[in-house]
Amino acid sequence: MIGIIDYGMGNLYSVSKALERLNVDYIISNEQEVLFDTDGLILPGVGSFKDAMSILKKTGLDTFIKGEAVRGKKLLGICLGMQLLYEESEENGVTEGLSLLNGKVERFPGVSKGSGLNYKVPHMGWNKLNFHQDSPILNRVPEDYVYFVHSYYVKDYKNEELLASSEYDVQVPAVVGRRNVFGTQFHPEKSSIVGMSILRNFVKLVKEEER
Amino acid sequence: MLTKRIIPCLDVKDGRVVKGVQFVELRDAGDPVELAAFYDLEGADELVFLDISASHEGRETMVDVVEQVAATLAIPFTVGGGINKIDDMKRMLRAGADKVSLNTAALLNPTLIKVGADFFGSQCIVVAIDAKYDESINSWKVYTHGGRRETDWEVVAWAQEAARLGAGEILLTSMDSDGEKKGYNIALTKAVSEAIRIPVIASGGAGNAAHFLEIFDHGVADAALAASIFHYKETSVKEVKNYLREKGVPVR
Repeated sequence: MIGIIDYGMGNLYSVSKALERLNVDYIISNEQEVLFDTDGLILPGVGSFKDAMSILKKTGLDTFIKGEAVRGKKLLGICLGMQLLYEESEENGVTEGLSLLNGKVERFPGVSKGSGLNYKVPHMGWNKLNFHQDSPILNRVPEDYVYFVHSYYVKDYKNEELLASSEYDVQVPAVVGRRNVFGTQFHPEKSSIVGMSILRNFVKLVKEEER
Repeated sequence: MLTKRIIPCLDVKDGRVVKGVQFVELRDAGDPVELAAFYDLEGADELVFLDISASHEGRETMVDVVEQVAATLAIPFTVGGGINKIDDMKRMLRAGADKVSLNTAALLNPTLIKVGADFFGSQCIVVAIDAKYDESINSWKVYTHGGRRETDWEVVAWAQEAARLGAGEILLTSMDSDGEKKGYNIALTKAVSEAIRIPVIASGGAGNAAHFLEIFDHGVADAALAASIFHYKETSVKEVKNYLREKGVPVR
């Protein structure tokens, strides 16, 4: 059973439909007791880092998620949900994150460091993954295109926590993780076959837990 | 590197895809869910569903269509047509659409763009612009009501205003090129795309794969939308992408 954390900031529908296609039980909830009884957690997210953290704090879900991650529960952050796993973001003023991974979140400069020309922000569309190291979440996943929509990206990360990246003038951490904590900057639920294979791997990791 | 997107557009009326879609291998060519799955398999990067229902019932049905499509489709899709207020946006996005497209409503009430972007995030808000060349200003004028009414807006000015208000993307249709199959409007697309810093989807005029190359190379488009050439199987998403790949355009 996977718990989708419902804190009012995500497209829960498409994530839940993707899980249905993978034949896995899930529950959408904001209640800690309910989420506690699951074998894995998904933290979705669309919107601003500051708003998201403020809701997570207000509801106590921040402490809960951190506790569960430390306990070893499999956790997958998607898009903003991945950014929330880091130490801080500069979006709308510096805000502290969940600090489960090392690094900070900054806005795309929007000006190319090579050419000095402007480029478009958000980073929106399909971009190619480049793998950096093996991980169960990337098991049998092709090094192919996935769908991104975001204006902020993770900087100053630890190399050992970078599993895959994409290039958008800067190097964009795309799949990240340490032990039981994973994140994807893109939307796996919107990334066709490639995205589904990553979600399938996460589901598999969670199911191994159930046994 | 970010790829150029190819986006088939489907017109939906009362829950069915219309405009004479021809798909021999599909059991039921009018079923939006089946067509969505077909285009996903073909390698479409996104889809646009345009609700052209005239009746209230038709509009209600669109919500069901969106739910069904969202349940099966693993690529992003936009819903446009008849989205006039924040509640309409909310319903479509809750039903599983990734983006909503505003056209006439945004021109009648530009703050709708801002309210929508603040509430759902800019990435959800596409502003669709129908533009037609006007000799007297040597530029393009923006039209509303499906191209029936001229506004005072010049296209670049309106695109900039929409971006300023928080639009995440511009879907730019050339009324001069639409249906002609002689290629996208390069001058129009370039003028808008270079004036704003959000993605521009070119629309209107696609007749063959070379037209896509033109609009990406010379029109500075980020994505290109087409309807009839895909529906009538004059070419396929796969063919267009193979051609673009050969010519060095980054595609998925």
